[in-house]
Parts: sequence; C-alpha cells; structure tokens
Amino acid sequence: MKRQLQEQAIRPMPAARPLAEGQRAEVMEVIERLRALPGALLPILHGVQDALGYVPPGAVALIAAELNLTRAEVHGVVTFYHYFRTTRPGRQVLQLCRAEACQALGAAALERHAKQRLGVDFHGTTADGRYTLEPVYCLGNCACGPSLMLGQELHGRVSAERFDALVGAAS
Amino acid sequence: MSVRIYIPRDASALSLGAESVAAAIAAEAQRRGIELRVTRNGSRGLFWLEPLVEVEAATGRVAYGPVRLEDVPGLFDAGFTEGARHPLRLGPTEGIPYLKRQERLTFARVGLTDPLSLDDYLAHDGCRGLRNALAMAPADIVKAVTDSGLRGRGGAAFPTGIKWKTVLGTESAQKYIVCNADEGDSGTFSDRMIMEGDPFVLIEGMTIAGLAVGATQGYIYLRCEYPHAHRALNAAIAAAYARHCLGADVLGSGRRFDLEVRLGAGAYICGEETSLLESLEGKRGQIRFKPPLPAIKGLFGQPTVINNVISYATVPLILDRGAEFYKEYGMGRSRGTLPFQLAGNIKYGGLVEKAFGVTLRELLYDYGGGSYSGRPIRAVQVGGPLGAYIPAAQFDAPMDYEEFAKIGGMVGHGGLVVFDDTVDMAAQARFAMEFCAAESCGKCTPCRIGSTRGVEVIDHLVAGQQPEKQEALLRDLCETLTHGSLCALGGLTPSPVLSALNHFPEDFRKARIGAAA
Repeated sequence: MKRQLQEQAIRPMPAARPLAEGQRAEVMEVIERLRALPGALLPILHGVQDALGYVPPGAVALIAAELNLTRAEVHGVVTFYHYFRTTRPGRQVLQLCRAEACQALGAAALERHAKQRLGVDFHGTTADGRYTLEPVYCLGNCACGPSLMLGQELHGRVSAERFDALVGAAS
Repeated sequence: MSVRIYIPRDASALSLGAESVAAAIAAEAQRRGIELRVTRNGSRGLFWLEPLVEVEAATGRVAYGPVRLEDVPGLFDAGFTEGARHPLRLGPTEGIPYLKRQERLTFARVGLTDPLSLDDYLAHDGCRGLRNALAMAPADIVKAVTDSGLRGRGGAAFPTGIKWKTVLGTESAQKYIVCNADEGDSGTFSDRMIMEGDPFVLIEGMTIAGLAVGATQGYIYLRCEYPHAHRALNAAIAAAYARHCLGADVLGSGRRFDLEVRLGAGAYICGEETSLLESLEGKRGQIRFKPPLPAIKGLFGQPTVINNVISYATVPLILDRGAEFYKEYGMGRSRGTLPFQLAGNIKYGGLVEKAFGVTLRELLYDYGGGSYSGRPIRAVQVGGPLGAYIPAAQFDAPMDYEEFAKIGGMVGHGGLVVFDDTVDMAAQARFAMEFCAAESCGKCTPCRIGSTRGVEVIDHLVAGQQPEKQEALLRDLCETLTHGSLCALGGLTPSPVLSALNHFPEDFRKARIGAAA
C-alpha cells in the first residue's frame, strides 16, 4: 500500500490531453447553451456525450474550469453514472438487458451468445469498430424479453437468431 | 371515405415491429387506393398481442394482433379496414377479456387516444381535475388527495396527501415539484406507458401538485434508458406550453407552473428520492441522511414534493371525480387501483390495472395465463429487484400493502417477474447481491462492502465450503444490511436473498447433493 502511494507520488496521474480544437468548440457550445440551468452539470455531460459519443478526459478539465468546479468533482460525477463513458464507443452502442425479467427468459444465454458473436466482453468494442457492447439494468420492456437497445431502437423477444440478424443488418 | 386505424407507438410495441408494420400498412393502403388516417396511440398493455392494430369500424374499435409484417397483405385481402373476419381478428378491443376485467382509472386513456394530441386529451376528460383545482384553496386540494387514500405508487406507499401537507405548511419563496421517473426496477413499465401513452395526465397531475403546495417549478427526472418517453414528454410539454396549460398563466388563471425534463444517467440508486435530488442538482447520486425530509429541505434546499409518475398521474382523476370515487376501490388501507405489470416468463405479459385486493394467483393465471415457457411457475419476484421471491404456496396472498407484507413480500410498484421451474434460486440470490454491489452509491458501509461480501459468501455456500457456517454468516450479513444501511437499496437487498434461501434451500445445496450422489 505504502509502496503504491510512493509510486503514485513519483508518477502522478498524467494531465489529461487537451481537447482537439473541433471537440473543444463543441464542448464549449454545449456549456454555453446549458450553463444557466440550475444543476447544469448532468445536462452538460449529456450534451457532450450526445455530441462526441463520450466525455473525453480533456472535456472534464474544461467543464470544471467553466463551471467553477474542481476536476475531481466533475470526474466524480462522470464516473458515478454508468451511462457516461470516457472512451470513444463503436459506431453503435448495443445495450443488453441483464435484469431479472429478461433473465427469466434466457438473458444469460443471450449474453453468452452476444459476447461470442461479437468477440468482446461487456464495455468492449468490436474489432471492426461497429459495436460497443454494454450491459443495462432494465429497458422497461419486461413483458417482451429478452431485450436489447441498438442505438435508440428497442428490440424485444431477441433470440440468438434475431440477434445475429440485427447485428448483421445494422451498420 | 377514409378509415381510421390505430397502431401503437409505445416502445414495447415498437420492439416487436410496430414501426415496420405501420409502414407496410401505409404502403399497402396506398397501393390499393384506400385512404387511411393513422393514429399512433399508446399501448393497451396487452403485449403478447403487439403490434396490436385497431380499426375504427361502424360498431366501434376492432382489434387485430399480433400483426407481423407478412400478415399485412392478407389483412387487406380480408377487408380488415372494415373490421372483417381474419385469423388475427380479436373482436372489439374493449371486449377482450384481459382488458374488460380491469379497472382502468389511471390508465383510462392509455391506448385509446393520440398521446401527443392535446385536443384528444381534452376530448377524453383531460384537464377537468386541473380546472377544479384552480377553483379550490390549496388546503382543499391537499385534503382531497389525502381523503382519496392515495399512497406513493413508486413503492414506498407513503400517503401522498401527508407529503403535500408538509410542503404546503413549510414557508419558502421557492418550492419544487419533482417527479421520480427513474423507473429502474426490473419488471416495471407502467411509468413508461403513462409517459409514452398519456403524457398530458402526468403534466396535469404535477401542475395540480404545484397549485396545492405553492410551487411554480417542476422537474421530471427521467431515466436515460427511456428515449421514447423522453421524446413524448418533451413534445407534450411543448404542446402544453403552446396552449397555456403550462407557463405563466395556467388555463388563464394567472397562476404559474413551469415544467422541464431532466435525464438521469444509468444509476439505479437515483430512484431513491434523496439520491435523485442530488443528481438533479448536478452531483453524484449519493443518498442524503434523513431528516431533514425532502418535504422540508429538498431540491436546492427548498421544500419539495417528490412523487412517482403513477402517483401524479392519478391525481387529476381524484380532483375530477372526487376522493370518494377513488376510495371506493381497494381494500384495507390500500385504496384505489394499482397498475400491476406482468413480466418475465409469463404467457400473457402486460399491464393489469386492478383495485387492491386481487390475488397473485389471479394475476398470474387468470390474466397471465401461466408461464411463457409452458412450464410450472416456481417463483415470482414482486416489487422489483429488492422485492422478495414468492413461492407457489403463497400465491393466494392478496395484493394489499399490509396483507402482502405479512408474508414477507412488498407490493412496491406492482411489478411481477415470473420464473419457471428452470430457475436457479441461488443464482438469483447471488444476482441480488451483485446488483447491490454494482449500484451502491457507496455512502454507507453495509451496502458498499456487505454486498460484495454477500456475493462471496453465497459462492462459498453454493460450493459447499463449510455450508452451515456460510449460511449463518449470510444471515448475519443480511441482518447488518437490513438494519445498518442508510436507504432501501442496502436495506432491502436481503429480501430477495433471504426469501430465496428460506423458500428454496435446495438450490443452495446442489453442489453438495451432486457430490454425495
């Protein structure tokens, strides 16, 4: 433990790479548009993720400076919520429901199939960059499971065959 | 002459292909020169029949379902636009027994109307409760809600009127109305169905709450897993502003009420009210100590009413028809109706709004038709992931907050997740602990650490490593979680774990039985 701390002191967390100019402009646009809202941080993080697909570490520093928060506070919020991601996702995010109602209809088997078919674990992105696989706890489609969300499209009664058809067709 | 047909835009209907069916019907009608007027309604909640297409025939609405893409030409051949016979014809929609035997109060309009048409809403008794409320003193509105016996439909079942009374009685320049639309419990979708299928009723209910307690700003905290509900709410709010149902001059009364939707970000714990408020303030969704109650110090430190979607959506009816009308339904101290949600491994999954007092068995078999797989139902988890697993021997318990608690259950939000006899209850118990570990906000130790230890202990128990000792340890750990946690996540996680262990002990002994054989 002590040694770990010493190592951390010698090699502190590297400063986040500043944002590329295009990204910076997009993040600033979001901040300017939403900063007046009471409790603006979550709407801003949503705005950034909508625009860029993720919240890059460089955006954290910028948001913190603009909202007069510490980087730690913003980082703490980003990492608290499962939905916010700090790395660029594949072209489409595929959320697979892991909750009880879908479990009762074979979600675990579908999960194994999906991981094998895509060749990734949860949070992973396929080698061709098409899909990022994420777990989700309930899509509210509990009478028609197992369910998944591909982008913003909800699918119910997803069998292994239907899964293959979905990931084969979408691009 | 044009024909009116209804094709749901509800997310579950869409998940089963409603969009492509709608497109195919439009294309086929054009090809045949039939003029259609298509209304994209909410779902009737009979999900095994989705996509459920309705035709406005001379005798009323006639249902066809489940309609698949390949059924569309045949439906036209049979003359379904005139309500003609076809193998998928279900008869008059209102006559389908599943629907006919319900008591649809809160869900009266869902599936019937165009959710985004304010005119349709007004033509179906919309805003009548609000108009009455505008003519009443705040204390009288609160009294009507109290007298109706309405209790928080989010699961905790706290009397709604008492909450409102506290906020009304707390002086402040700014008060808030917050709607908890973070419907994170597996097996629940009634909030989603209201928001997608009748969003104006939620807006009306929240506006009435604002009038009752003197609040001018409302927020709907919606989970981000519900993009369809998000679009519906935003469209409905815009329409309500355009027609002065919201804003500086609600229905010409000179009273103000503003409303905004805020998105959550995938944290289950934000369904806990204080955690939700933290999140709305732009912070980590860590729970707060209580007291102070949100009714006294809530959002941004101001007095705040925080209720679930169904609670607000039920208020307009109470103000329209009166407290006595609503109170007529139900049993004991559980008054009114609850929209039960039949989910998981169930043949006829969907929404069943019934007065309290209906038994689990009626819901599972008379409505649900048994399991989807056709195998015997072994366990039902009632009230979300923190609810107990109920074994078949207890299916005759009435769904009433107090009566159901006597068998160790929790009615909660009215979600029923059905499992057949292939379920491994030890795995379900383990999942409950795993879920708690993943979703703990980290504020209190029993929940944060206990859940991870719980997973390990269950693993050891199932593996048969000193099983008696492990079981004692698990029970002790559950005791600590129950009594030592700050909120319901840690406090109720033992409920699925212990109910699985108590009712299905054999599932925890499989490795040992296997080894002995």
